[in-house]
Amino acid sequence: MQMLQGYLDEQFIQLEELQDDENPNFVEEIVTLFFNDSARLLQNIEQTLVSGPIDFAKLDNYMHQFKGSSSSIGAKRVKNGCTRFKDYYMAGNAEGCIRTFLQVKREHAILRTKLEAYFQLARQAGPSVIPRGQVR
Amino acid sequence: MLKSKNGMEDGFLSSVGARPSTMLGPAATKITALVVDDDTINQMIHRRLLDNQGIRNQVVGNGKEAIDVHCSGKNFDLILMDMDMPVMNGIEATRKLRAMGIRSIIAGVSANSRDQEKQEFMEAGLDDYQEKPLTTSKLVSILHKVNKNG
Repeated sequence: MQMLQGYLDEQFIQLEELQDDENPNFVEEIVTLFFNDSARLLQNIEQTLVSGPIDFAKLDNYMHQFKGSSSSIGAKRVKNGCTRFKDYYMAGNAEGCIRTFLQVKREHAILRTKLEAYFQLARQAGPSVIPRGQVR
Repeated sequence: MLKSKNGMEDGFLSSVGARPSTMLGPAATKITALVVDDDTINQMIHRRLLDNQGIRNQVVGNGKEAIDVHCSGKNFDLILMDMDMPVMNGIEATRKLRAMGIRSIIAGVSANSRDQEKQEFMEAGLDDYQEKPLTTSKLVSILHKVNKNG
């Protein structure tokens, strides 16, 4: 779907290819799980960034988890944001971490909106109308 | 004797009746697998990948649970082992399983590991290592790249 172009990578198509008649909602279930988990992680990261001296080890752990699950659903822009965040973290650059975190948070929210719309459209149109593998 | 993509004889695949193709059809496998990963998204994806290949599978959430399930008497042909997990990580779990005499195929599956960590993971006793996210082609590659089992 054109609405998702640039936001998702090949991994999302891999997930769609795992969906079948016996598991018709597999991708939506994975994506729902991702947004539930990642909302919690983003809260933890934000809390770590704003409360006193930054615990970079804790931050690294949260971001590693967040990047991992972003990668698992093919959330390209979110994942790339996490990589940039890691660069600032490695340099101990708190201001860079905060700035990049806000970008990641924004990308995450945009992706959530787009995927909600995508699945709503898919439900309305039915599986035979929305061709798989069209996300680029 | 089947030959894998790199020309090596695939005793393992032959022993479970696998067909010489890039995809292992559901009817052709009698393989069992254990997914060891603390992340629920990865658990779901890995289970689905294995189900698609007709591989019966079970999931545990960390390395200690992987040890415990083997201590309960269960055994698996394939173990997909995540590296970073709470309680007991994949490196330690792999080391312990090998010390227990477990000869299953253990494939490390991890995200963006440093070379040193990857080396340590391999030296713990892995048969293969794949970067996350796991895909069908990576899973099939794991299943082809094995020595004779059992």
